[in-house]
Formats: sequence, C-alpha cells, structure tokens
Amino acid sequence: MKRGFSILAIITALLLSFALYEALVAAPTERTMGDVQRIFYYHVPSAWTALLLFLINFVSSIVYLIRKSAKADILALVSAEVGVVFCTVVLVTGPIWAKPVWGIWWDPADIRLNSTLALWLIYISYLILRKFSTSSKTASIAAAWAVFGALDVPFVFFSIWFFRTQHPSPVIAQGGSLDPAMGRVLLINWAAFLCLAWLVCWTRYRLEVLKREVEEAQALESLHEVSR
Amino acid sequence: MASSLTTVVVTEGLIKQFGRFAALRAISETFGGGKLYVIVGDNGAGKTTLLRTIAGLASPTRGTVSVLGATEVRQVRAQIGYMAHPSLLYDEMTGLENLRYFAGLYGVSGEDRCRNAIKTVKLDPDLDRPVGQYSQGMRQRMSLARALLNDPSLLLLDEPFSNVDARSAKEMAALLAQLRDHGKTIFVVTHQPALLEGAADEFVAMEMGKVVSRTSILQAAQ
Amino acid sequence: MSFLTVASATLKKDVRLEWRSKDAINAMLFFSLLVVVIFSFAFDPTAEESRRIAGGLVWVAFLFAAVVALNQTWARELRNQVLDAYRVSPAPANPLFLAKAVGNFIFVVVLEALMTPLFIMFYKLRALGPGWELVPIALLGTWALVVNGTFFAAISIRTRAREIMLPLLLFPLSIPALLAMVNATTSILTGEESARFWIALLVAYDVVFTTACLLLFETVLEAE
Repeated sequence: MKRGFSILAIITALLLSFALYEALVAAPTERTMGDVQRIFYYHVPSAWTALLLFLINFVSSIVYLIRKSAKADILALVSAEVGVVFCTVVLVTGPIWAKPVWGIWWDPADIRLNSTLALWLIYISYLILRKFSTSSKTASIAAAWAVFGALDVPFVFFSIWFFRTQHPSPVIAQGGSLDPAMGRVLLINWAAFLCLAWLVCWTRYRLEVLKREVEEAQALESLHEVSR
Repeated sequence: MASSLTTVVVTEGLIKQFGRFAALRAISETFGGGKLYVIVGDNGAGKTTLLRTIAGLASPTRGTVSVLGATEVRQVRAQIGYMAHPSLLYDEMTGLENLRYFAGLYGVSGEDRCRNAIKTVKLDPDLDRPVGQYSQGMRQRMSLARALLNDPSLLLLDEPFSNVDARSAKEMAALLAQLRDHGKTIFVVTHQPALLEGAADEFVAMEMGKVVSRTSILQAAQ
Repeated sequence: MSFLTVASATLKKDVRLEWRSKDAINAMLFFSLLVVVIFSFAFDPTAEESRRIAGGLVWVAFLFAAVVALNQTWARELRNQVLDAYRVSPAPANPLFLAKAVGNFIFVVVLEALMTPLFIMFYKLRALGPGWELVPIALLGTWALVVNGTFFAAISIRTRAREIMLPLLLFPLSIPALLAMVNATTSILTGEESARFWIALLVAYDVVFTTACLLLFETVLEAE
C-alpha cells in the first residue's frame, strides 16, 4: 500500500513538472490571445477533474445509501473536498483568462463558468452540511444531499445553456478544431491533474480513516476500565 | 398477547456512540414479557439512550437490539407505546383532538378508543382546554393516554413522573401496575423508583453505559 | 393508516393549527407587504425598465417570503418532541412530508397572491405576452421551492444554525429553477420570447425533485 503511494507520488511529481513545461514553454502560442491562453491548460483540466470527482461523490453517496458502507461515506467526503478545490481553480483561472482576452471578468451566459459556480456552491453547502450536522447519521443526510446536488447538475447546464441562447454572449466559444499540439498538452495536463487528485484523495482518505479509528477507540476506552 | 412471548427485548453487544462519547457500552441483556422493569441510574448513565434505542428512535452504532421478535423495530411499531418527558402532544389542540390525530397514525379508528384512553388516565375527554394550558401532571397523563391509544404490548416510558404532583404520580404508578397485570411489558426510566417499589418486577441499574445490576429489591439497586 | 388518510389528516391538522395561531399568519402577511414596499423603494425603474427586471424582483421577493415560511415547517413538531411520536408510530414518512409540503405550498401561494397585485401597482406592470402563462409558472416555480425547502427544513432539524442552514441548502440547488422562473416571467412580461422552454424545465425539475424527496425523506426523518 505504502509503496503504491510512493510510486504515485513520484509519477505525479514527474507528470506535473512535465506538464508545466509543456504548458508554459513547449505549447505553441495562440494566435489571437497570446500567452494568456496558456491558462487554458489549467482551466479546462481542472474543470474535468472536478466533474469527475463530483461524479465519484455521487456514486459513493448512492453506494452509501444502499450499503451503508463507511468506506463509501469517506470516499464521498474526500471526493467532495478535493472536487471543491479543483472547482475553485476553475473559478479563479476563468476570470484571469477572461479579462485580458474578452474584456470582462465574468460573463453570465458562459455555460462552463456559471455551471461550475453553481456546482461549487452546491458542494460547498455539502461540506458545510457535514460540518454542521448534529446527527449520528450525518453520512446518510450528506448522501441524500449529494444525490440532490448531482440531480441538479443537468438542470444547471440546461438552464444556463438556454439562458445563453436568449442572451448571446461576447465570449467566443472555443469552437472549431483544436490545434493537435495544444490538444496533446491539454491531455498531459489532465493526466497530471488526475494523478494529483488521486494522490490528495488517497492521503485525505487515510487521514479520515485514522481520525475515525481514534474516535472509536476513545469512545470505547472505558469498556476495559475497572468498574468502580 | 405479550405474555405468550418469552422474550420481548433482547440486546446483544449494543453500543451507541455519539462522536467520542459512548452512551451505551456493549449491553447484552434479555428482558422477558409481561413484566414491569424500572431503569435507574445517574444522569448520563445511558437510560434514555437505551429506551430510545428500544423504541427505534435511535439506532445502534454496533450490536443488535431485537424487539418483540423483530430485528427492525419498524416492523412492530404498531405494538409499541412511547412516552417521554416532553409531552409529545400539540400544545394548541385539546387532548381529544390530539388523540384523534395520533389514533389516525396508528390506523386506530373510533372516537371511543380515544375517549377510553383519556378516561383510563382519569382525565376528562370533553375538556375544552388546549394541552398547552394543562398542569404538568395532566400533561403527563394525557401523554400516557396517547401512548396507550393503540393498546401496545410494549410500553416505554421515560421519566413519566417528572414534575408531576404526588397524587397524579401515585395514580399513574397504580395504572402501570394494572397494565402489567393485563400482560403488558413495561419499561420505566425514572429518578423516583420508590413510586414503583411494590409494583416493579425488576430494578435495572445502569451506570456509565452499562447495566450493572438487575434485582427485584430497590435497596440493592441503588 | 393509508397514505391518503395520514396525509389529509396531517394537512387538516396543520391548517387548523395555523388558523388558530392567527398571529403567525398575520405577521407573515405583513412581512410580505413589507418586502414589496422595500423593493419598490430600492428599485424605482421606469415602466419600460420594470418589465425587464420585474421577473427577478418578484421572484426574489417570493423567495424571501418562502424561506420565512419554510423555516417554521417543523417548528410545532419539534416543540414537545412531537416528531418522536410520529416516528414511533407505524405511519409511513411520506404522507407526513407531502402534507407539510402541500401546506407550505398553499401558504406561500396565498402570500404570492397578496404580493402580486402590490407589485403590479408599484411597478405599473402589464404583460405584453400571454399573461395566463404566468399562473402555471407561479405554481410550478413555487412548488419547486417548497418541495425542496420542506425537505431541507427537515435536514436542518439535524444541524446547528438551523435557520441559516435551510437557505444555505436551498439556494444553490434552486438556481436552475430560479433562472427558469425569472426568465419565464420576464419573457411573458416583455412578450419578447416564448416561456415554453422554461415551463418545460420547471415541470421536469418538479418531477425529478419531488421524486427524490419522496425517496429520501424517510432516510432524513430517521437520521437522529
């Protein structure tokens, strides 16, 4: 187990360095946007990674509701936490990219950005719910909420998509074909981010497992106490 | 019907944990039917938690509890009556209105059942006052009437005598003894076990989440 | 003890109790009036502009009113731990949920019915599109807020900071529904676009989330 972790850590470090180089140096400069466009290699893979993590959250929540497996619950918690982090990256890189290129910080009709914002809000409330819960069945409540959140995702996309058709946006969609060299860099960065996400999730998972073991041990401590 | 069951409540390794605090620490006990059990112990001993677990209001962290032969309490809810220190009644409705509503939840129909339950606890079914204006003694009695609506074979009462005047308390104690004689199984958590000294079959003493003694003599339990 | 009898008995009981404690109703009614007045001071547009923003204003006002109503959904059941009496009984959980949701729905619709003429008056509103379509929009949109709100109010029973927890859970999830309500209303008022797509979205949203609430309510109710 530990060896697997170390191997993953090394691969992640290598991939990230390589991806960084590719994104900032090797990738061709975009014709119209210039170097600012390189943020694209962080913005897009972060979005994909966040979506994947939220999908994991949804699936493990359903598994928890059916099987009541503690592992599923921990995985749901972990994937939501790390997902929120990647989501935050998307929301920060978006405006940084948008301002110099399209002249505005935020476009209300931008599907990707606004959907990500809605997602971010939903999963932050998921984390707050978990923190504020006084129930001994927090896992069940959180899992129920995660299902609601996940069901909301398609509605979020569709509503913003239709909103956009009624309110045309100054942001030019990333339409047309992508330069294959850029596409390659994109995928390399995504691979690096996936490894990073996996590494962080793994660490957080272990941490949570230990935390729960400690709690349980403390609670049952007096089982072995000499009775008065 | 309850007296034909030899065991009404069985717990095995019952553990209830709230974060770092274990309210119940591996309780394994068997309770037979048709008896009046009085659960005593200091605050924090786990008495309320145990009762709520039997009632199905709290679920075990580990271990099992089987009630009236069922591992899932929800299957036998129709045979359980529960009462706690809060009245479990709507303050803004009269006693009869309250009972009519709760009777509906049990599928118990008939004005008579509600009236009889109220009469059993020696209250007036036609009293037009909302429950919120009752004295504590009256409120506890009406709450007991609610618990008796479905003629349960298992009664779980948490601090029924709390803040109740002496006369009401004695009447309730006598009523409980009567119900036990009719074959019901009754668990009473109370800080005033002396009220049930003559009537109780067993005093169950709890301390720090465990059952430390079960005896028919009050003195020995305290 | 069938679904319908428990649900209707619960709804009747709630209506009766609500009627008896008239102060709560009166306070809510007055609050809704206040909201409209505050909005009319805060946003003072010309008639042309108001058609464009009224959709948003009206629905934000309705949202405030709905949250205040939703926050007290389970208040009576929590007093005296009546909820325990319900849980301990063999009655299923869903009729309780439906009765509460329908009760909230009726209450919020009444509030909206009172606030609407005031908004029309303050903003000199007139629908340039098919005005009758505003009725299904209002009903579908209100149900969307109320069905989830009742469910999240039940979740917030099991949390600290109950009153803030409800809007915290409700708002992010309701974003698509709010977009739909606001844009549908604006489309009708300005007459510039069809509200059909938004209405369809609301129908789908209502169906999906009502189903989710019914499937998961028991889990939440029993999550002590």
